[in-house]
Amino acid sequence: MDGGGIRIQGLQKSYGSGDTAVQALKGVDMRVDPGEVVGLIGPSGSGKSTLLKCLGAVIEPSAGRMTLGEEVIYDDGWRVGDLRALRRDRIGFIFQAPYLIPFLDVTDNVALPPMLAGRSNFEARQRARELLQALDVEHRARAMPAQLSGGEQQRVAIARGLVNQPPVVLADEPTAPLDSQRALGVIRILNEMAGKFRTAIIVVTHDEKIIPTFKRIYHIRDGVTYEEEGEGRAPV
Amino acid sequence: MISLAGRDIMHAWGKFVFTGLGLGLLIGVTLSMAGIYRGMVDDAKVLLDNSGADLWVVQKDTLGPYAESSSLYEDTWRPLRGLPGVARVARVTYLTMQVRQGRREVRAMVTGIEAGGPGTPGWPPYLVAGRQITRGHYEAVVDLATGFALGDRLEIRRNQYTVVGLTRRMVSSGGDPMVFIPLKDAQEAQFLKNNEAILQQRRRTAENPSYNRPQVPGLLEAVIASQSSNPSVNAVLVQIAAGHDPQELAERIRRWQRLTVYTRGQMEEILVGKLIATSARQIGMFLVILSVVSAAIVAFIIYTLTLGKIREIAVLKLIGTRNRTIAAMIIQQAIALGGIGFVVGKITATLLMAPIFPKYVLLEPLDSVRGFVAVLVICVLSSLIAVRAALRVDPAEAIGG
Ligand SMILES: Nc1ncnc2c1ncn2[C@@H]1O[C@H](COP(=O)(O)OP(=O)(O)OP(=O)(O)O)[C@@H](O)[C@H]1O
Ligand SMILES: [Mg+2]
Repeated sequence: MDGGGIRIQGLQKSYGSGDTAVQALKGVDMRVDPGEVVGLIGPSGSGKSTLLKCLGAVIEPSAGRMTLGEEVIYDDGWRVGDLRALRRDRIGFIFQAPYLIPFLDVTDNVALPPMLAGRSNFEARQRARELLQALDVEHRARAMPAQLSGGEQQRVAIARGLVNQPPVVLADEPTAPLDSQRALGVIRILNEMAGKFRTAIIVVTHDEKIIPTFKRIYHIRDGVTYEEEGEGRAPV
Repeated sequence: MISLAGRDIMHAWGKFVFTGLGLGLLIGVTLSMAGIYRGMVDDAKVLLDNSGADLWVVQKDTLGPYAESSSLYEDTWRPLRGLPGVARVARVTYLTMQVRQGRREVRAMVTGIEAGGPGTPGWPPYLVAGRQITRGHYEAVVDLATGFALGDRLEIRRNQYTVVGLTRRMVSSGGDPMVFIPLKDAQEAQFLKNNEAILQQRRRTAENPSYNRPQVPGLLEAVIASQSSNPSVNAVLVQIAAGHDPQELAERIRRWQRLTVYTRGQMEEILVGKLIATSARQIGMFLVILSVVSAAIVAFIIYTLTLGKIREIAVLKLIGTRNRTIAAMIIQQAIALGGIGFVVGKITATLLMAPIFPKYVLLEPLDSVRGFVAVLVICVLSSLIAVRAALRVDPAEAIGG
């Protein structure tokens, strides 16, 4: 699907300056289409988290170009005024640990992003319930995060990442704390959601178990990406 | 939008309630301290009001009779009585001392009052039980705060007194309850020497050849009699006739009698401005210390609670929460803590401190309002450290390495 999803061209990022400067990203090219889940793998220190932070608009790249859908968001400088609103409305985040807000119940954890976006409490909770239903944790809607199992927490976190139906979802090792069955379950959910909401999803992972499930994988090494097409990849 | 602060407080209510309780006790002590100061000022005013005097005539160049000792010849009152504008004149003595009843001892301000009727300066203006002093000797009217009852027999120095009347809220500016006795008795109590001393003085006087002259019979007796009588009082209270200016009269007495005279306003200035000034400064110090301690507690607990939420704050920022919303969450929690503390403190001060404290504690509503505002200001200021820490959190932290 041309014209949607994520485009990254020649993205660079260096930390610090002078002698101590670290060139974390040297030239990253990536394309993720709407409805597609791609894997991003690479050794430690290769720049995976740095790439997600650039894409997530929490750190500023040094050079290059990033496009979300039709809109250029970065072209040797930010092209969007309100990065906070960009994150809130157009990017979903899923972390290695669920990082739920401990003092909000499951429903309100998921309803928080739409509330922040200005939806009414009622509408936000309505949406949250739909997502919880889709992720099969609706029965825990009134529970507090601490009362959930690790897998349930992670599903709630995924619901929170998807609830605003962002065109882009960034997942940083979302399956790290899970056993292989649950890990595969999470990937299946991400694929379903990508299909349902036409979301472009990038999954950073080290996890051998889930690597075969991606149709496309980007390898990153020393700040440079290499694309690998799936050859009859394992069914999800 | 839901209230993040409210939800967090409900989630960690134990921490809030217990910290609020601790803070509340501190606030209670603070309010009581302010109440003690107000009580002292009020005691001083009540003392002056109840004395029924418009002018206090005291020994020259003293701040008597409450703040410094003052002694006047007892016949000082005679020339004053004749001055135009003077309605009534009465001598008084004041002496703070131990009053015993059986094995019990009470510190009281023993006040010697002249014979007369109600309305005589120095007399207690009203009684809650019993009657005023009618005999010239050995009767006492005491304040309820002494704990004595009608008919009790008191011992003041060597003499015994029967309690015939009771007053309420008649206290010295130091908060000691007042005990009224006849002037003559009070003069004796103030200037009375013990038997041993009297004997010794008599002997010394008798041995002095200039007093003990065989050719002047009766001289020695006269000298000894004058030595053992007590022609002094501490002050003369003056009531002014309607339509006369206290300032003017005071000035006249000062000029002609070579005495120091205070008007009601000056007396209040002496009591509040000088006598209880040290206590007021101490209380002021305590108020400052307690405020600093309260601020430290609020700052510490809010900071700790915030540090415990750094990760969540990073996540909130990452998913697009405004800095304003996060700051509001922290400040609201601090205000909630202050609110709990204030309620607990107000209850503590009203129900616990004021009734059992040995001094009069006057809790003025306006002080409570001031206290509440101060608590809120302190809470908001103390939470700023936590707010600063929260605003510094980098949303990138939520993504991790
Ligand atoms: N804030 C920073 N300041 C300086 N250098 C940094 C900073 N963050 C990352 N780096 C460096 O940038 C490079 C890429 O780091 P990054 O965190 O993106 O790696 P990663 O692929 O996520 O590694 P891992 O798999 O261990 O998480 C590393 O060499 C790292 O030391
Ligand atoms: Mg990383």
